[in-house]
Amino acid sequence: MNNIRRIAGAVWILLGIAAAYFLIVEQAIPLFAKGDMESLVPAIIYTFILSPIITGGMCVFGLYALQNEYEL
Amino acid sequence: MLQNEISEGFDGKKLRRVIAASSVGTLIEWYDFYIFGSLSVIIATKFFPSDNPTAAFLSTLATFAAGFVVRPFGALFFGRLGDLLGRKYTFLVTLLIMGFSTFAIGLIPSYSSIGFLAPILVLTLRLLQGLALGGEYGGAATYVAEHAEPNKRGLRTAWIQTTASLGLFISLLVILATKKSMSLEAFNDWGWRIPFLISIVMVGISYFIRKNMDESPLFAQAKQEGKIVANPLKESFGKKLNFKFVLLALFGATMGQGVVWYTGQFYALSFLQKVANIEFEQSNYIIAISLAAGTGFFIFFGWLSDKIGRKGIMLAGMLIAICTYRPIYQAMYELADVSLKTEKANSRQVHTDYHMIDGTVTLSKVTRTIYTYTDGTQLLEEKTEKVSHLPSIQREKAMLKKTIHVGQHAFWMLILLVFIQVLYVTMVYGPIAAFLVEMFPTAIRYTSMSLPYHIGNGIFGGLLPAVATYLAAKANTANEVAAAAGQSLPYAKPYLEGLWYPIIIGGVCFVIGLLYINGKDREIND
Repeated sequence: MNNIRRIAGAVWILLGIAAAYFLIVEQAIPLFAKGDMESLVPAIIYTFILSPIITGGMCVFGLYALQNEYEL
Repeated sequence: MLQNEISEGFDGKKLRRVIAASSVGTLIEWYDFYIFGSLSVIIATKFFPSDNPTAAFLSTLATFAAGFVVRPFGALFFGRLGDLLGRKYTFLVTLLIMGFSTFAIGLIPSYSSIGFLAPILVLTLRLLQGLALGGEYGGAATYVAEHAEPNKRGLRTAWIQTTASLGLFISLLVILATKKSMSLEAFNDWGWRIPFLISIVMVGISYFIRKNMDESPLFAQAKQEGKIVANPLKESFGKKLNFKFVLLALFGATMGQGVVWYTGQFYALSFLQKVANIEFEQSNYIIAISLAAGTGFFIFFGWLSDKIGRKGIMLAGMLIAICTYRPIYQAMYELADVSLKTEKANSRQVHTDYHMIDGTVTLSKVTRTIYTYTDGTQLLEEKTEKVSHLPSIQREKAMLKKTIHVGQHAFWMLILLVFIQVLYVTMVYGPIAAFLVEMFPTAIRYTSMSLPYHIGNGIFGGLLPAVATYLAAKANTANEVAAAAGQSLPYAKPYLEGLWYPIIIGGVCFVIGLLYINGKDREIND
């Protein structure tokens, strides 16, 4: 089971990167491109709040899992 | 162990006072926080300058999101204070900030009176509300858990867990009661301020109850023994030993709990009003009755978590929720879908009014049609169009607004469906305070548990309405484009597309929780 926990770490890192792609490329950039105030607020939230928390958090979590930090 | 000594020497009366003082204050904070969300449409028209009500509403949603986004910052700021100065003083401060902000929102003159100062003040006070809420919950949960007997921690802290739903329930009741006590015009004009203003009385009472409580015994002893850390933020997030548990609490528990909580309460209300077109008052009754019926289960699942463990209950709630959301929302949609109902013969009523639009030669023609169905459901269709000899005005599209009042059977079925979602909420949320408290040591508990809780609920949960609305709107647009091009529709049920957000987030959280959470750690005196 600990092996599964460790290997799944790679999945969490990939998930974090995929979240960054979705939030920034799919969501934020088209909203920034619109340029109006209504679009700017969610674009800023996606780029500067959600992305660092989700991507950063997921990648560090995955790294810790790969390092066997969550061994039970 | 100190925790056992405390509990053995503790009288039940004092413990009940600790729980009551903590729960009532937290409940009031949730009430304060939710009335803003519940009244967001009126607030938009009063404070956010725009001729377009949708744009005004979006501005308020942005403010709403701002209220959620600042919650984690409140968790950091007040969590640090709570681990340095003590739990009691910190959650007294958060209570006062929340009370002041809510009361002040009720006093701000509208945009038409003071211009841009009005939305700026509202936004500032809303941010203060978010900060205060960020510091409140962790303090209350920690304070109760550090007083509770080790084998009843789930049960005792479950009282804190009821407060979020009760706060929402009371906010809906106060709004409905205020609305009923006056005309719609008076409520829209000034009556909406009453729910904000009465908060000051509740906060005052709660302040005086809390003021007379003692500091948490575990914190007091840690302070006496010099075990208070100088920098709780660095200790919590700068050291791998603690930070890895902060991440696990977020991705393996609070992230999924947050989306289940918001789906079962807020998204359900938004879906009833905006997708199913059920009228404001009836949709609020559906949510309020479901919440009232479900709230006792927070205590039940808190108690059960002391017997069989916290992890199993929380993860089971998450799994059942994500597997059943789509059928539940499909059933909710169908209960209000008039195309599936039979119209009563000779029951249709049509009224047409004409109003002159000021300063123009154009008439506004409003046609109200009431359709009555055999199950007692009524649909009010309001079509507004402009009548003029000017071709440019003749080309303007008519505005169509639908409001549905469902019959008795559909009403109770909707309550049942929302109640089932509230049950999921009680499964994931009832045991979580005890679970989080047990994850972290006394010296950094307030800081460490507050941050994952508020990121999970504030960010993952709080942004659910915006993300879900976006997904549903995207599906609708794709269908419209396909229909215009004569192609088959890509989305058979676009109104269910918003549910992918809680299903995916909840699914990832479930897998992480299942793999990594150790459900056996119950020690908090470390």
